[in-house]
Amino acid sequence: MEIPYNVEERQDTGMYNAKLGIWLFLASEVMLFGGLFSAYVFLRMGDVTGAFMSGSNQLNVPLATFNTLVLISSSVTMIMSWVSLKLGEQKKFKTYLGSTLVLAGVFLVVKYFEYSAKFHHGIFPETSTFFAIYFTLTGLHMLHIIGGMIVIFYFLVPGAKMMKLESERFTNRIETVGLYWHFVDLVWIFLFPVLYLL
Amino acid sequence: MSGHSVEDIKKSVKVYIGVFAALAVLTVVTVAASYLDLTSGESFFLAIIIASVKGTLVAGYFMHLFSERTAILAVLGLTFIFLLTIMFLPYMALTDHPAV
Amino acid sequence: MSGQPDTHHEESFWRKYIFSVDHKIIGLQYGITALIFLFFGFCLMMMMRWQLAYPEEPMPMLGWLFGENGVMLPEMYNSLGAMHGTIMIFLGVVPLAVGAFGNYFVPLQIGAPDMAFPKLNMTSYWCYFAGGIVMIVGFFVPGGAANSGWTSYPPLADIATTGQTVWLIGMVLLITSSLLGSVNTITTIVQLRTKGLTWMRLPFFVWAQFVTGFLLLLAFPPLEAAGVLQLMDRLLDTSFFLPSGLVVSGEILNVSGGGSPLLWQHMFWFLAHPEVYVLILPAMGIVAEVLANNTRKPLWGYKSIVYASTFLGFMSFIVWAHHMFMTGMGTTISAFFQATTMIISVPSVVILTAMFISLWGASIRYNSAMLFALGFIPMFGIGGLTGLPLGIAASDIHLHDTYYVIGHFHYVVAPGTIFALFAGVYYWFPKMTGKLMNETLGKVHFWLSMLFINGIFMPMFVQGLAGISRRLWDGGTTYAHAADTLWLNEVMSASAWLLGLAQLPFIYNLIKSMKSGEKAESNHWEATTLEWTDAPSPPLPHRNFEVIPEVHRGPYEYSVPGADKDFTPQSEA
Repeated sequence: MEIPYNVEERQDTGMYNAKLGIWLFLASEVMLFGGLFSAYVFLRMGDVTGAFMSGSNQLNVPLATFNTLVLISSSVTMIMSWVSLKLGEQKKFKTYLGSTLVLAGVFLVVKYFEYSAKFHHGIFPETSTFFAIYFTLTGLHMLHIIGGMIVIFYFLVPGAKMMKLESERFTNRIETVGLYWHFVDLVWIFLFPVLYLL
Repeated sequence: MSGHSVEDIKKSVKVYIGVFAALAVLTVVTVAASYLDLTSGESFFLAIIIASVKGTLVAGYFMHLFSERTAILAVLGLTFIFLLTIMFLPYMALTDHPAV
Repeated sequence: MSGQPDTHHEESFWRKYIFSVDHKIIGLQYGITALIFLFFGFCLMMMMRWQLAYPEEPMPMLGWLFGENGVMLPEMYNSLGAMHGTIMIFLGVVPLAVGAFGNYFVPLQIGAPDMAFPKLNMTSYWCYFAGGIVMIVGFFVPGGAANSGWTSYPPLADIATTGQTVWLIGMVLLITSSLLGSVNTITTIVQLRTKGLTWMRLPFFVWAQFVTGFLLLLAFPPLEAAGVLQLMDRLLDTSFFLPSGLVVSGEILNVSGGGSPLLWQHMFWFLAHPEVYVLILPAMGIVAEVLANNTRKPLWGYKSIVYASTFLGFMSFIVWAHHMFMTGMGTTISAFFQATTMIISVPSVVILTAMFISLWGASIRYNSAMLFALGFIPMFGIGGLTGLPLGIAASDIHLHDTYYVIGHFHYVVAPGTIFALFAGVYYWFPKMTGKLMNETLGKVHFWLSMLFINGIFMPMFVQGLAGISRRLWDGGTTYAHAADTLWLNEVMSASAWLLGLAQLPFIYNLIKSMKSGEKAESNHWEATTLEWTDAPSPPLPHRNFEVIPEVHRGPYEYSVPGADKDFTPQSEA
């Protein structure tokens, strides 16, 4: 049984199903991170001990700046991989999507060094409310990165068969993965100044 | 979007590269701005404004929101309203607290 | 689709009934699981009612559950209270209203072969199932199940026994499930409406599910965030909800402090108020279907009901702090939430009034489904109107956390939503199984339920106005101000147990009719909507319709003047 508009766009809404689906999912993600940002604002405004100021000063800004650039680059390679598919350049697609995966890996490695440096200095989530929200937000963001990497890996290796069999459907899938990936980038764009710079 | 022709897509590649450059520059700017001698309120607004610009670029170009269907924009508009609600109403309740 | 060769092939038992991707099987899975949980949650309440009516007397038959001499310990009472609330809402009513009815009938009513994402649908059910199992596991961990109330307010919940951690993990699974479900529902309604089915031709049930989908989608994530924060507090010793200098058992708690218990309350109620409308909107949707069908005339004010329900959904996001008037909020913000709360009562009244007016001039068919739908209207009316004094900051001071509150929201959910769900079961049972339910047993079920459910909840208003707190283990025996109304405890408890007995005809009816009920025709109720007019009973596996129908008119064209019969199907050209 075929479900309509799985691949092709519905005329009056102008969307295929997964596109609306992923955007709805992202909307709920906005609210998830929104809830955590709200917790950040709430705790920061109620903070009388200065834990947020001093905590934020202990974070490593250069590393995070580097990571921001890494993540932005991964977003660009992600969109380029979709462009390559659109233009029918399947080899380029693999290169770009592979680069996205590598850049995501770089992000995680940098994050690993950041975390272990903190643990090394005896800084843990329980140290203060600032570090509690820092580890929660970055940790949850990292889980999103890892989730994205799994999906990207799937489309790069085991799922790549579809590229030749159902190329339009595959392009749609890459577009939705891309939307998710840009969202993860977007979250980091806000996390970075809020946690590291303020 | 999937309706785009090959020509359009080739053109948009240039846009993507431009956006990438802008994002990189803005990242450096926001780090630099954090070293300026500003009050916490001022630096907060500066950082949020820069982040919002970056966010708009990503959402608008990479996620194609500038040319997206109204249905999706409507969903996101609704989400944005509720985002503002959850962000600021608890905070307003906190500051309206006589005890604080 | 229709013209293509039949791709139907024999599926294994597991694929067909357990890990099915057919929305109808998944809907039934949801329905059966949710009914079992509803009954389980009901049993927890019946045990609580013993303790309230006869405090410190050993419970007959079930006393062995509570160890020494069969008397319920306060901790146990608290566990039962917390789990009754959680199970009824998150494992019973919402899965039944949205997971079961939504899943089963939205695709059928919009003429779609299935939900937009069948595999996601299956995942959603299994997340729900896992969440339910985790919740049950809570009863067997040291210290028993979560006992900090269904609201899980910190700091209490932060320092509670292990059961609370289990509760949080269960909630994360349930939230994931409803998130996947809502993405699916909304996408299905937007994308898979059949040809000719414009927005204003949707049956109201579909509209209700659509709005509900948005509530689940956008209101649940902040609670998920809060759940994660509370898990951090409990497992990694953070202090999100623990203020500095908190004293527990005479000692200052060894945490960094700096958190705020109010933060939890905001994030919790940001979900939990829209959740109220998640409970009530699908119920209204079902009632609208049943009313229109059995009054044999169009629903009065269809458009105004649709607009009212979307407005209701929107407003439900900005009223939550009326649960927090007693937290010491300032007058400005209290006034804001009080105003929005008063505003949100308007669309509810619009919907209820429209349903009420729909009855005017009708020659009503009093079948079991219609009785439950008719019961819904005054019961929800009582529940809704008693909410107004709670929404006004000044009167809330007196009523807050008393039995009045319990009475109020139970009137909305129990004789309100659950009656509507019963109406749904009686109305759609022939469609789901191809068999008819016994009408006599259905009527017995209705009248007894109606009687006893009021016997439980009406006295609660009296006790609440007398000032009896909702969380007392002994029902208030130690309070002088409670003395005058204590006798009501026995009335309520007896009603509760009798209500339990009154469900037996329903359970018997359900099982008996499923096995050997009279065969139903495909459009047994002579309805107009697509699930009745164009799909056989039960609908075809994996594609629902022989031919995907087209829609030519609105959903409730009953008794059209000049028509040859008193219903004109949506798909009739």
